[in-house]
Amino acid sequence: MNQKSVTSMQRVLTTLGHREPDRVPFFLLATLHGAKEVGLPIKTYFSDPDNVVEGQMRLLAKYRHDCIYSFFYAPVEIAAFGGEVVFTDDGPPNSGEPVIKKTGDIKNLAVPDVKNTPCLEKVLTATQKLKSRVKDDVPIIGVVMSPFSLPVMQMGFDRYFDLMFEKPDLFTHLMQVNQAFCVEWANAQLAAGATAICYFDPVSSTTITTRQMYLKTGFAVAGQTLAKINGPTATHMASGRCLPIIEDIAATGTAAVGVSCHEDMALIKNACRGKLAVIGNLNGIEMCRWSSEDAEKHVKEVIAKAGAGGGCILSDNHGEIPFQVPDDVLMAISEAAHTWGRYPLNWTADK
Amino acid sequence: MTDNIVDAFTRALLDVDRLAAKQIVQNRGHDTAPVKFAEDVVLPALERIGAGWQSGTLALSQVYMAGRICEDLIDQILPPEDPDRKNQPKMAICILSDHHKLGKIMVYSLLRASGFDLADYGVMEVDDLVEQVQKDNIDILLISVLMLPSALKIKAVKQKLARLGCDVKLIVGGAPFRFDDQLWKTVGADAMCRDASDAVSVIENIMEGMA
Ligand code: B12
Repeated sequence: MNQKSVTSMQRVLTTLGHREPDRVPFFLLATLHGAKEVGLPIKTYFSDPDNVVEGQMRLLAKYRHDCIYSFFYAPVEIAAFGGEVVFTDDGPPNSGEPVIKKTGDIKNLAVPDVKNTPCLEKVLTATQKLKSRVKDDVPIIGVVMSPFSLPVMQMGFDRYFDLMFEKPDLFTHLMQVNQAFCVEWANAQLAAGATAICYFDPVSSTTITTRQMYLKTGFAVAGQTLAKINGPTATHMASGRCLPIIEDIAATGTAAVGVSCHEDMALIKNACRGKLAVIGNLNGIEMCRWSSEDAEKHVKEVIAKAGAGGGCILSDNHGEIPFQVPDDVLMAISEAAHTWGRYPLNWTADK
Repeated sequence: MTDNIVDAFTRALLDVDRLAAKQIVQNRGHDTAPVKFAEDVVLPALERIGAGWQSGTLALSQVYMAGRICEDLIDQILPPEDPDRKNQPKMAICILSDHHKLGKIMVYSLLRASGFDLADYGVMEVDDLVEQVQKDNIDILLISVLMLPSALKIKAVKQKLARLGCDVKLIVGGAPFRFDDQLWKTVGADAMCRDASDAVSVIENIMEGMA
């Protein structure tokens, strides 16, 4: 391929096809840094889709990475269910008090109407406008919480575990409601211009549930849900581990998996080869105190372990860069990605 | 002998088999005081399970259910406020600033299942926490967080307590600390735990230092 003519979209599609593009694609999954770029407090930034469009476009130009991230924050889905979003000045918005106060409330939980929910409309508007800016040159990554992971925010983690273990009927009902919402929400984002959907499912990670439990729950839910989403998906473990369930994740029909820094990328790549592309796995929290040399070292490690043969996207391990990560660290990551990510990866041979 | 009991008890917990676990508690023999059983069987079992989680062989759901089963069982033989509960420093636990309760719930259960007693402050902001700690004369404060900005607020807690002359030891834990092993020092904590079951040995170390 002629280097100059390769767009981010072509680069990403090639790697998803398990072939080597001109260089390892780099996804800077930054949300809050957009607010920094446009000089607005986080809450104000997310209140108007135009800010997010501007923030994402500036990040794209500045860090020369390979996607637009139309994700606002996970609790936007909780707001859609009538819950509260708690903003802070120096971090991602969080969900407030659970919307499901008593387990019995699950029976009355209604599926939010995606087209008539203002907080979701903002995300869709931003997606449309971003699409008109980048056209088919840069993939736009939309986000949904998996039906299986959303309940942690809907009802609190302890009560969700109790539900999973002790109330199978209500659990199934909750999965049905969440699945209906998730599919509609994902498809609305695709219709608005998202290229692919990142399905966040850390409760399925083996950090949180056993494989045995996963096969009965998160796996089945993912298979059914992804089948109804009208576009490509990537499954993200949000820094939970997944090596023991790689085969299962591939069987849910997803194209890629987001991997934790607690796992060895070489082992993951081996397990994923030809089946799933790997996305990862820079440690976002540690990144807050990285030097430029640290950044370069970690980028090289990911590329050396997982780059060969394509099927690899360099990114952080969580799907969101903490607000505290300095811009010069992000710049150092970007430079290292451009320098060391170029195929063929001859330099990795001497390692 | 104890090893076999710990094995069997661990198995029962991992199988979420409340009956089997209860049976082991009931068969412990009259001469085994509840506190001793907590120390010799319950804690080692929970520590094994915690270590399994840290190394990636066990899942949080197993750690959580194990802690819950143990807390219930121990409460039956060693009720709250029982004078047999450990002679211990004044301790409290809280979640700082964020709404994520699970970490705190797990540490609280584990400490109670291991025979400790401690105050549960729930969700606190920096100033209220400092005031409460001073008022209650707390020796050891355990803080759980899930979000990085909340972890960073621990620094202010430490500074404000120091300014008031409170000699409180801070033990911190939660996801951000598992991703950056320097963070606990940056925020001025005295110790960090990667898992709820680490708390007991850390507390015991601090108690030795206090003695
Ligand atoms: C599952 C998960 C989700 C789920 C559910 C989250 C939830 N609990 O609400 C979903 C998909 C909804 C989600 C969403 C988000 N998440 Co999330 N998520 C996770 C994940 C994988 C596990 C979190 C969890 O709840 N674990 C269970 C608790 C109990 O574990 P723990 O805190 O580690 O506690 C154990 C030990 O640390 C210890 N411990 C804890 N406290 C204490 C205290 C003491 C004194 C002691 C002794 C021990 C101790 O005991 C516990 C058990 O042994 C982590 C990454 C990871 N691998 O851990 C990210 C993580 C927590 N998420 C994170 C973030 C940022 C988010 C979002 C804000 C993203 C966004 N922009 O929207 C949202 C907000 C969620 C919300 N509720 O508002 C970050 C937080 C750090 C940061 N960057 O600020 C993490 C750490 C990911 C990362 N690597 O950066 N997430």
